[in-house]
Amino acid sequence: MKKEMALITENFLRYGPPDTAGYLEIGGFTGLEKALAGSPEELVRTIEASGLRGRGGAAYPTGKKMRQSAAYEGDTKYLICNADEGEPGTFKDRELLEKDPLGVLEGMVIAAHGVGATQGILYLREEYSHLLGLLEDSLAAMRQDGYLGRGILGGPLDFDITVFVGAGAYICGEGTSLIESIEGKPGRPRNKPPYTKAQGLFMKPTLVSNVETFSGITAIVRHGAEVFTGYGTPMSPGTKLISLCGNVNRPGTYEVPFGTTLEEIVMGIGEGVAGGRALKFVQIGGISGPLLPKEFLKMPLSYEAFEKEGLSIGSGAVLVVDETTDILDFLDAVAAFFKHESCGKCTPCREGNRQIMNILKRMREGVALPSDPENIQRIANTMKYASFCGLGKTAPTALLSAVRYCPEEIFTRRGL
Amino acid sequence: MDELMRREVLKIIESQGKAREALIPVLKAVQRVNPKQYIPQEVSQLVASTMGISESEVYEVVSFYAEFSEKPRARNVIRICDSTVCRVTHHRKTAELLEAALGIRVGEATEDGVFCLEYSPCFGACDVAPAIRINDRVYGNLDGEKLEEILQSYRR
Ligand SMILES: Cc1cc2nc3c(=O)[nH]c(=O)nc-3n(C[C@H](O)[C@H](O)[C@H](O)COP(=O)(O)O)c2cc1C
Ligand code: SF4
Ligand code: FES
Repeated sequence: MKKEMALITENFLRYGPPDTAGYLEIGGFTGLEKALAGSPEELVRTIEASGLRGRGGAAYPTGKKMRQSAAYEGDTKYLICNADEGEPGTFKDRELLEKDPLGVLEGMVIAAHGVGATQGILYLREEYSHLLGLLEDSLAAMRQDGYLGRGILGGPLDFDITVFVGAGAYICGEGTSLIESIEGKPGRPRNKPPYTKAQGLFMKPTLVSNVETFSGITAIVRHGAEVFTGYGTPMSPGTKLISLCGNVNRPGTYEVPFGTTLEEIVMGIGEGVAGGRALKFVQIGGISGPLLPKEFLKMPLSYEAFEKEGLSIGSGAVLVVDETTDILDFLDAVAAFFKHESCGKCTPCREGNRQIMNILKRMREGVALPSDPENIQRIANTMKYASFCGLGKTAPTALLSAVRYCPEEIFTRRGL
Repeated sequence: MDELMRREVLKIIESQGKAREALIPVLKAVQRVNPKQYIPQEVSQLVASTMGISESEVYEVVSFYAEFSEKPRARNVIRICDSTVCRVTHHRKTAELLEAALGIRVGEATEDGVFCLEYSPCFGACDVAPAIRINDRVYGNLDGEKLEEILQSYRR
């Protein structure tokens, strides 16, 4: 029942980055060659046909985004690879950067051709600064071999990439905060419009995509859209990288076709809960994702299955939590994280996280007020609907899912 | 700030440039050269006046980002992740091992200024949780023996 795959991860351990010669031998840069042999329009059509959706969490169709971005004219257009990966429980982008940096960077050059980008920036989270040397060496090797710089592969494309290292802030994974951060400011989200694709970095047209999205582009162009759509479900074509972690026997990064069930991931690939203990819940998509009790193990990992439940698969993290964890302690850790990471720009998020922590504290100490269950849900819903950006909107997701799926764990057992 | 540090800071700005987008790289570099891994107020002021940015804007950036510290730390900063994955895999046990090995509590620094201990949000090492970070290197799945070996390598 193991369903591990190697499409986006096909280059892992098959060459030693930054060795471009080794990468070439296993088919590296053939995607770029194919892309450059065709028009930008053909490339965008290939990505549209693949059904690839952004892997940074919002799942916006990548082909559509490229088409919109391509429509903006100007002598400077930025293409940013979002390697901020701040979502606790998520480390798949780190694996891609570590084990296949050339595949990620190739995807950026391919995308640059599609949208007419002139300058690339890889925004690397500070916590991954140990990867900076490898990335710089990979870029130097690509420049040396003519895959970056002026007139790439003898054609008209001029494009180069630099690395910007962040300074530690979860919010900088949000596209406009990331841009503020590159500009040397605190990473607070911008008002929209103007949209990034029209006026992003230094007010120039900018496309921001996730690391895994660029790796996906490389694989799709190399093998053809139909190879990608041959996996997964009709509504969720292709494969997804999973960051499997927590109380599980085999934590790690795995690639699975969409449609794989949570059970196949946790019990099959992950070889079950560590120490033979019972499963309490899984959290999907990182700390901003829902808690799903074991009844959900039959659920397939696909956009449509999650959307039907009003949920999202987010970054594709699967955190396994066993019976020894108290849900209230867990929810407290979630709220503490968001309180720490809130940028303070809007009231629902700045105040909401604080108030949720206060109520959780009373509940954990067994001194909750009769009004607390209602209040905590009211605050959570206010955050969900009235926060300015995705951080505040998703901060109460874990709490609201726990209220919905296991109210007895948080209310009844505490006498509320 | 002594003359040596002053010159060091000016040299960093010289090499990074004075554009606004150089501010974060400059602050990283000036913190790195400080033996206590922090950015004293007078250094922020010097960065502000040399780069032509207002002091309040520099402070705002220093206080916004977790990498920057306004308080003295130590030559080696040890961060213990206390986000969800490390919590459910019992990060407190690692914290206790570290506290015992160094004779300090989380939030403190050793007297010789070699190590300090702090909690940190997730740094993307959840596959080896509970994880710690010493400066920019990550370690996970630790036991007492392994930990002692690692600490020794930073003591030199
Ligand atoms: C609080 C917050 C944090 C985010 N963190 C990340 C991140 O670490 N990496 C990422 O690729 N996208 C992150 N995003 C999503 C980005 O805003 C953006 O949608 C994404 O980078 C677009 O790339 P994609 O289309 O390839 O998914 C975050 C969004 C929010 C609201
Ligand atoms: S929801 Fe508001 S306070 Fe929270 S991070 Fe976004 S803008 Fe900042
Ligand atoms: S939750 Fe601890 S490293 Fe990610």
